[in-house]
Amino acid sequence: MPLPSPFHERTASLCESLKFKSWAGYFAVCSYESHPDPEYFAFRNSAGLLDITPLFKYELSGEDSAAFVSYMATRDVSALKIGRVTYSCFCDQRGKVIDDGTISRLDEQRFRVTTGSPAYAWFLQNSRGFQVEVEDVSESIAALAIQGPNSRRILAELVGPGIEDLRFFGLVAARIAGVEVEITRTGYTGDLGFEVWIPRDGALSVWDAVMAAGKAHGIMPVGLDALDIVRIEAGFLLQDVDYFSAPRCIIESRKSTPYEIGLGWTVALDRSPFIGQKALREEKQRGSDWGFVGLEISWEGIEEIYTEYGLPPSLPTQACRMAVPVYSTGRQVGQVTSSTWSPILKKYLALATVEAKQVEIGNQLRVEHTVEYERMRVLATVVERPFYDPERKRT
Amino acid sequence: MSDRSYDSIVIGGGHNGLVCAAYLARAGQKVLVLERRHVLGGAAVTEELYPGFKYSVCSYVVSLLRPEIIRDLQLPKYGLEILPLECSFTPELDGPGLVRWPDADKTRREIARLSKRDSEVYPLFGREMAKVGRMVKPILEMVPPDPTSLNPANLMEMLKLGRLFGRLSEEERILQAKMFTMSAIDFLDEWFESDLLKATMGVSGIIGTFQGVRSPGTAYVLMHHYMGEIDGAFRAWGISKGGTGMISQAIAESAKNLGAEIRTEAGVAQIMVRAGRAKGVVLEDGTELTARHVISGVDPHRTFLGLCEAGDLDAEFLASIKKFKMRGSSGKVNLALDRFPEFTCRPGDGMHVRGDLAIAPSVDYLERAFDDAKYGDFSRRPFMNVVIPSLLDPSVAPPGKHVMSIFVQYAPYAIKEGPEAWPERREAFGDAVIETLAEYCPDLESSILHRQVLSPWDIEQQMGLTEGNIFHGELSLEQLFFMRPTPLWARYQTPIRGLWMCASGTHPGGGIMGASGANAARRILKSRVRA
Ligand SMILES: Cc1cc2nc3c(=O)[nH]c(=O)nc-3n(C[C@H](O)[C@H](O)[C@H](O)COP(=O)(O)OP(=O)(O)OC[C@H]3O[C@@H](n4cnc5c(N)ncnc54)[C@H](O)[C@@H]3O)c2cc1C
Repeated sequence: MPLPSPFHERTASLCESLKFKSWAGYFAVCSYESHPDPEYFAFRNSAGLLDITPLFKYELSGEDSAAFVSYMATRDVSALKIGRVTYSCFCDQRGKVIDDGTISRLDEQRFRVTTGSPAYAWFLQNSRGFQVEVEDVSESIAALAIQGPNSRRILAELVGPGIEDLRFFGLVAARIAGVEVEITRTGYTGDLGFEVWIPRDGALSVWDAVMAAGKAHGIMPVGLDALDIVRIEAGFLLQDVDYFSAPRCIIESRKSTPYEIGLGWTVALDRSPFIGQKALREEKQRGSDWGFVGLEISWEGIEEIYTEYGLPPSLPTQACRMAVPVYSTGRQVGQVTSSTWSPILKKYLALATVEAKQVEIGNQLRVEHTVEYERMRVLATVVERPFYDPERKRT
Repeated sequence: MSDRSYDSIVIGGGHNGLVCAAYLARAGQKVLVLERRHVLGGAAVTEELYPGFKYSVCSYVVSLLRPEIIRDLQLPKYGLEILPLECSFTPELDGPGLVRWPDADKTRREIARLSKRDSEVYPLFGREMAKVGRMVKPILEMVPPDPTSLNPANLMEMLKLGRLFGRLSEEERILQAKMFTMSAIDFLDEWFESDLLKATMGVSGIIGTFQGVRSPGTAYVLMHHYMGEIDGAFRAWGISKGGTGMISQAIAESAKNLGAEIRTEAGVAQIMVRAGRAKGVVLEDGTELTARHVISGVDPHRTFLGLCEAGDLDAEFLASIKKFKMRGSSGKVNLALDRFPEFTCRPGDGMHVRGDLAIAPSVDYLERAFDDAKYGDFSRRPFMNVVIPSLLDPSVAPPGKHVMSIFVQYAPYAIKEGPEAWPERREAFGDAVIETLAEYCPDLESSILHRQVLSPWDIEQQMGLTEGNIFHGELSLEQLFFMRPTPLWARYQTPIRGLWMCASGTHPGGGIMGASGANAARRILKSRVRA
């Protein structure tokens, strides 16, 4: 049975649909109403409030903390400034991705790392020889994501106009409803947005303050279903859906390197040693076997196959996590791992892993789509990711 | 002179004119759009008439805008965002009213309160409508065939159309024949028994027409409204973020990006015609501009009776244009509100008001509203369609404040005192609207910060829609499809060579749809060889 998060009292009473699922052992709302549309539009159009407490959170402190984090991550954080956040992969010795997450520098000698699955043992196991202390703060820190075009205005009402100066991937300490929190300008929506890191005891006070300040700005509590649509529009991958954490894979072919899942840009090769460096350097020289792409599935193509059956085209109203094969000239060359109809772009979007030679923008592939129990193939074009990239995200 | 010569000049920067220009520019044409007003958009326009409050002055909901246009012109990139309206709410004075929810079971339970039978028939009705809608949809994308032509290209299109009709089952064909001949209420009577439900659904049959819910032919208009499509889902409505004008803005930005030139405050006074061929236009300030194609994005009346010289057209054609019914019948009231006005029968600003609200408490109420209009007056107790966009889109009003958009019917253009009397009657009309709505929403009057009242006369004078007809010509049966605007000239062409039409007065008709503009562009590009 999942546990209630520190926000459960509020989220549960608002969740009319009673649709919850387990996220890392916590009750997480799928959608507050029977379908996620209004919440999706809150993210894109006003503001959405999401409980992200279930993320795993670790604090790494001590004299060698910078060196240790740089050793564990594909990013070199030794030059990361205090009050800045970066996004990184964490790999095993063979360069296969174990996790991905953010790294915040709280202090000269203190970092906070978020991950999608538990990493305490792994940190500990690799810490020998480093002057570093690893603390699992997953339970003691509650977290909220406030995302959407009005998120900054709402926070400005709570913490003052200074929030305007917080740059993309910046971090600032603040006080909301008397609670000391940290605010980072980060998120998983590809929009203007913030994440607030809150001592567990202050969780409800902060929730109430944000909801009250947000009312006039159209804030809505948002669940994971809406998040899944926006994160695909933003081109973000999800662990256990678009890739699998290496230690949990039974077979080699399920594992991926950062280059193969489109996160090569987080790998800083030429620097002090880090886990997976050698394998990744080799891969970089040799070239990767797989690539990660955004696909736009032809709507005309979809309409056509439905028309053959005399049906109006229909798609799931939610993001889909069912993997389906991708073909090129009749041969399977990969798989779609996430797909969604984008209500804003009016396009049918997918994230896919395909053979490295298929990744070029404009490349035309075919994706399986089932109509009336029959498997059909529909044209899909490789396009730039993110699919949706509003300027306000960075400005 | 060369910089004054274009491949195409589009008269009018309404959304159709802009769509047409964008497609022509995309095909490499040198295109100029000329708009009379200081803002683009025509009837699809946002204006901040009271500081901090953005009104969708005329049209206020989108459902018909073609998704392929959104994709082709990359409109989301240029700021288009359509927010779905979740519910439809028909308040009552002496009951809880009726709400139709996005959740089918919830709706079934609502309707069951009125009639258990209706509650179960309701989804079946929706499915039938979707079927007929599906049949009609490809027609929207088609250039209307000329039924009298033997040109093979035309025959192909006729065949395609025939096939589409042919695919329908016997029952569906009967259904369709009914749609074309029955009144909205007679048609709904065959399905439903609840008066409140029929009134709620029947209003789709009269929007923009000068007909009552019991007038024959309104069943078709009902279906026309069922064709709205958001995300491939039928019968879905939305509003445009930032107001309806953002649709026009996004299309204009896209057109500019594709190379089109757009000028505002550049009204066209006349279309220049030499030897039966359009040569260009003369602006109100006397400037002459030439082009190979002149494309009118204004309504048929204004195009042929206003911008062309009578001598350039034959009498028979002019007569048919004069016959084309405009007959505006609706007005608009826009309000800036200090706070959310509570509806007595269902308080709160929850989901039920985040959609459209219909003041349509009974079928007789609607028919009585039409009675006033028949005898040349505005309805004392009108039908209204109300949207509070600020609940979904906080950007159109200051925090905590609201905008209310009220579409009102009937307000006949030809009131008995004569249309020019509208400026004196306007505020009385506005008062009738507010009084009616205040019966449901007692808080309303005291929360009004600013109000804008538009009679059909104002819509004509300000937006240039003849007689204030919201669809550039009534959507009645004899004015549709290959008869729009006249049977012989329904293919975006006109009797004047090089003069085309691309606005709502052509197939497939009114509403923010863009189909007329896109279809016209396609026709023009095909004609290039001959031009
Ligand atoms: C009150 C009202 C409410 C409506 N509500 C809805 C709704 O909710 N949903 C919906 O889908 N549809 C609605 N409609 C209908 C819809 O708005 C119109 O059918 C559509 O916007 C028409 O677009 P258009 O481009 O064809 O023409 P228009 O928008 O009429 O554009 C014509 C343009 O030409 C310009 N013009 C006129 N004369 C000249 C000249 N001589 N020189 C240069 N420019 C000129 C005008 O200023 C205008 O900008 C509504 C209409 C009205 C009036």
